[in-house]
Amino acid sequence: MPDLGPHAVFILSAYGVTFVAIAALALAVVEDDRKQRRILADLERRGIRRRSASAPAKPKASAPGKPPRKRTP
Amino acid sequence: MVSLANPTRFLSLVDRLVPWLTVLTLLLLGVGLYLSFFVAPPDYQQGETVRIMFIHVPAAWLAMFGYMLIAVASLGTLIWRHPLADVAAKTAAPIGATFTFVALVTGSLWGKPMWGTYWVWDARLTSVLVLFLLYLGLIALWQAIEEPGRAGRAAAILALVGAINVPIIKFSVDWWNTLHQSASVFRLGGPTIDPSMLAPLFVMAIAFTLLFVLLHLIAMRAEILRRRVRALQQTQVERAALVEA
Repeated sequence: MPDLGPHAVFILSAYGVTFVAIAALALAVVEDDRKQRRILADLERRGIRRRSASAPAKPKASAPGKPPRKRTP
Repeated sequence: MVSLANPTRFLSLVDRLVPWLTVLTLLLLGVGLYLSFFVAPPDYQQGETVRIMFIHVPAAWLAMFGYMLIAVASLGTLIWRHPLADVAAKTAAPIGATFTFVALVTGSLWGKPMWGTYWVWDARLTSVLVLFLLYLGLIALWQAIEEPGRAGRAAAILALVGAINVPIIKFSVDWWNTLHQSASVFRLGGPTIDPSMLAPLFVMAIAFTLLFVLLHLIAMRAEILRRRVRALQQTQVERAALVEA
């Protein structure tokens, strides 16, 4: 580490704040991803599945006049 | 590209990309930090504080990039009503807000020794603060409306109105007399920064961009799964109500 001179406290604080902010964001994002995976796995274990997950979906044309089904990603 | 618009295919791609992106991001961050602290020389005017620029500038670029991403995704929500567009916009907001916060704080910590003050209400600083508030407003709006489709449409309108702030940030230093210096990297006539400082800046910028993309992909995966969980739980409630009836 080079000698950061009289402004070392500002330089180190800038890097410190950046590290803490980004680490907190990364932890929150990864933890949320794990949490959703856990909940979904738990629902699937109890037999609650998406229709497309339980049977291979075949594309079907909608009946005339019938509104399209609401889509969930 | 069209096949990636399918959420299931998108999830499969994310699962394959995340490990590679994680390794590449950490590697580039390591190289960038090494260049920033051990290779880049002190600036003839700023001295050692120039090292703050290696995090401040990439964070500021990503603050604007994040908002532009939200604006483009908002068009996707309003025009094509694509479910992934709304997911992309919603999950980019906290990441963009964090990089904006980092840009504001590191800029402030650079400003004190260089300008003699942590903050001035000049056009560049104020417009970036407005960007941060816009991010917070978008996050609050998504939290306030329970139904994701309605929340996404309302947030998309706010995001598109707020997009006017991005060119204001970019050109504020040219349009108004500001304490903040004008563009020194992306400008006509080429960068005015010495290559010894440009190299760490670019490596850190690429590392931060990869970090943004990595976190965004993971956050999008989590949001898609959250919506699937919500749909399954609703189905479960509806089935239970039918059985009771």
